Formats: sequence, C-alpha cells, structure tokens
Amino acid sequence: MTNVGMTDWNRTSAERHDWAEPEPAAEPQAERPLGRNQALVPAASIAGRALVTVIAIMTFLAALTAGAAQLLADASADWRSQVSREVTIQVRPSPGRAIDDEVAKAAAAARAAPGVADVRVYTKEESERLLEPWLGAGLNFEELPVPRLVVLKISPGAEVDFAALRQTLASQVKGASLDDHRMWMERLSTMANTFVLLGIGILGLVLTATALAVAFATRGAMDGNRGIVEVLHFVGASDAYIASEFQRHFLRLGLRGGAIGGGAALVFFLLAGWLAAAWAATPEGTQLEALFGRFSIGWRGFAAVVAIALLVAGVTAIVSGLTVRRTLQELA
Amino acid sequence: MVRFENVGLRYGMGSEVLRDITFSIEPQSFQFLTGPSGAGKTTLLRLILLALRPTRGLIHLFGQDVNTLDKTTLTGLRRRMGVVFQDFRLLDHLTTYENVALPLRVQGREEASYRAEVVELLRWVGLGERMHVLPPVLSGGEKQRAAIARALIVRPDLLLADEPTGNVDPSLARRLLRLFVELNKTGTAIVIATHDLALMDQFDQARRLVLGDGRLHIYD
Repeated sequence: MTNVGMTDWNRTSAERHDWAEPEPAAEPQAERPLGRNQALVPAASIAGRALVTVIAIMTFLAALTAGAAQLLADASADWRSQVSREVTIQVRPSPGRAIDDEVAKAAAAARAAPGVADVRVYTKEESERLLEPWLGAGLNFEELPVPRLVVLKISPGAEVDFAALRQTLASQVKGASLDDHRMWMERLSTMANTFVLLGIGILGLVLTATALAVAFATRGAMDGNRGIVEVLHFVGASDAYIASEFQRHFLRLGLRGGAIGGGAALVFFLLAGWLAAAWAATPEGTQLEALFGRFSIGWRGFAAVVAIALLVAGVTAIVSGLTVRRTLQELA
Repeated sequence: MVRFENVGLRYGMGSEVLRDITFSIEPQSFQFLTGPSGAGKTTLLRLILLALRPTRGLIHLFGQDVNTLDKTTLTGLRRRMGVVFQDFRLLDHLTTYENVALPLRVQGREEASYRAEVVELLRWVGLGERMHVLPPVLSGGEKQRAAIARALIVRPDLLLADEPTGNVDPSLARRLLRLFVELNKTGTAIVIATHDLALMDQFDQARRLVLGDGRLHIYD
C-alpha cells in the first residue's frame, strides 16, 4: 500500500482550488466522535418486528414449559421427601404367636435403629379402622388376620440403614416386613424425570424453531442488503466482519424478543401464583395445592426463565452469524 | 501490479463477453479503459476487483495468482485497491463522513485513530461542510467526490474508477480528472473506465485500453 503520511493531503491542497470548490480554513477538530457508530446494516431493512414477535412467543412458550417442569419437579420432590420420612413395619399374625409380643419386638427394634425419630404402634382397633373404607363398618374383624402396623418417623436429614433394620426384623420378629415406599418413590422419580425431559425436549424444539426463523430472516436481510454487503466487500471488509455486523443486529433483536417473552412468562407465573394463593382457601384450591404444592416456581424457576431468554438471544445471534458466513461463502 | 493472460469470461453457456484479454497495469501508471457502452468495461473492472472469476486464463494481482487465493488474502488485496462506482454506491443511512471512513472502520480501527485523516480528506475534496449530511441530500457531484474520497482514504496502490465523470458537468469532470492526476503523482496506479473522449483528450499521457468485440486493444 502506498505509505504516505497524512500531510500528503496538505501538500496537494495547495493545488486544490484547481479542481475543488474553495473550502474554509480547517478548524481544529474537536475530540468528540464524528461517526455515530451507526450499524452498517440498516435496522429498517430487516423484518425486525416480526422476528422479535416470533422470538418473544418462542421464549414465552419455552419459559412456560420450563416453569411447569420446575413446578412438577418441586411437587414431586416434596412428595418424595414426605413419603421417605415415613416407613411402615407390617406385622402379620401367625399361628402360635401372640401378635402383640411380635409388634412390641418390632417397635423395640425400630426404636433401636439410628435415625428413627418416632415410633408409633397402631392398636388393633386402629389397624381395623384402616380397613373400614374398603370392607365397610360394623364388621367383626375377630375372624380376620388383620396385620398390625408400626409407623416409623425418620429424623430430617438422617440416613437410616433399612437393610440392617430389615435383617433385624427378619431374625427377631415373626411375620414382620418393612415397607420403605421405595417403589412409590421410584415411580414418582420416574414421573418427575419424564416431565423434566419433556420440558427439555420442548425447549429444544422451541430453540430449533427459533433458529430456523432466524436463519430465514437473516437470509432475507442479506438478500435485501446485497448491495451493502457487496460494497463492504469492496472496501475491504472480511466475511467475519460482515457476519459480526449482522450478528450484532440479530443479537439485539434476540435480546429484545427474549426480554419480552421472558418478561411475559415471569408476569404470568407471578399472576398465577397470586391467583392460586387467593384461591387456596377454597376446597378445590386446597386439593390442587395438596397435589401440586404451592403454585410458585421459586428463584430457580425465575433464573431458568432468564436463562432461557438469554439462551434464545444467544441462539439468535449465533445462527444469524453462521447463516451470514454460509451465505457469503455461497456468494463467493 | 495487475497482470491478465488470455483471460476469457462467459456467463453460463453464453458466448464469451471478454476474449483473450492480456494486459498489465504497472505501479504508478495511469490508464483509461474505454470502449462503447456494453463493451465490458465494468466487467473487466469487476474481474480486477475479484468480484468475478474468469472462465479461462490467468490473473495475477499484486504478484498473487487469484485462482489460489484464500478469503483472508482476498480481503487483504481488496484493501490495497480503491474503487469508485459509476452509481457511487454510498450507503444512504451513513453520513458523508461515515461513508468515507468506512474502509478504515471495516479494518477494525478505532474512530479516534482516523478521524482527523478523514476530515482532512473531506476538506481536500471540498466536502468539509457536508460531512454530516446523508448521501440522498448530496448533489451528483458531491456524491461523486464522496465516493472518490472513500476510495482514496486507504491510500490505495491501485484506484479503479468506473465512469467517474458520467454524472457530472464538464467543469467538475475536469476538476475530478485533476484530482486523479494528483493522486497518481502520489504513487497510486489509476484505471479510469470511461467512454468520454473529451475527458481522455485532457490527459493524453495516459495509456488507453480500448475494449471492442470482447477484445482489448492497448494504445501506449
């Protein structure tokens, strides 16, 4: 490149009036920027509003899914922690043995186990009353071998060695079995994990749909700005520079769409939480709360919504950048 | 600087629009590229700019075979060339200052590092008072000078100008020619595509490259 200094323009300026209109004497330039750092791709040339709407809707749906998955996961964790804090020993009557003695032995073994906070022995009458919903009231249970129950409360945070307790009961108590509700917990766990996976799947679909919408919009924007892209190439812009110009613009659109969609989802959850709290006094509300817990996604849910909005914006920027690079390569 | 050897170009399956083009452009040289409308002047300039690839023949640009160029080298070579388009190709949403500063901005330079230089060049081409104006407000002559300033700001080794006087009156055309001659004196090789015989007659030291029937004839 011709490496002449800036003063060359001054040197030739003596002859300037031969070809240019007279110019007033140069004033010392202020240090303020003269360029407005204007985007090289005009914002108006991109179907920005439609894309922001699509991104906002996608973010809203993804955030709703994530929030719902979070609610179910929380409710499931709540159920599991409640169930896992209670363990039952069932003692079945066996011929030739006094069941009360066996129950007392089972209770003693349970009290001796570390981590057990409370042991409650159901009386014969209480055990029989448990059967009434199925068999009806007023029956004579004397002839039936009604098992007796011993309910153990586990200390919060304590780990009970159920294998050892089971072993002790098997050796010391005739007809005793320990039910630590493992099967129920596994089912609940499976259900909760399924919902979380479903949420992740839907999030993946939403991101894919967003990426495709952005790719189409980017291609449209490049077609609409083909002249500008060509000029940028001719003045020495690299593909990476041109891609970054588009990427910057689309990141801004993505952030705007993400903020609108994420914000709407947060408002929805806050409003739903408020309505659920107001409704909690009614019988239906109580039942729903018993089933799903409190309708609140908590700070983790809110963090997930914000993360989704940022993720959508990030995907928008990355996809637009990649699309521009690929389109430029095709043009080349 | 630029060397074409038996270059041919055809679009699709059509006949060749340029045939057996062989010429070279030396550093600090000055040449007019002329010929009737549709003779292929702009196409030849686009070949030099690497906006088109030849269908046959060899093109060497600044000592490099263009067939073996990667993208980075291509960008580097384009930064050594300035181009003035017939229709100016100024970006309408950028001010005159921003348009002229564009080649420096795309190199990733901070504005503070080139601000004074751009302002000085704008004054040099007589646009000092129009630097904050958007192109749609500029007159044809002002647009032409802004386009020329944009091409000059990187101090190119080679300046390509496509009909730079096509949209201006004879008086401004004369002044623009003087500008190119001055620039040539500072060491830039100049190629001006024009069919304006009067303009060429004003600077008869220049070499003439004449395109006709797809072939190039050189008159030194």
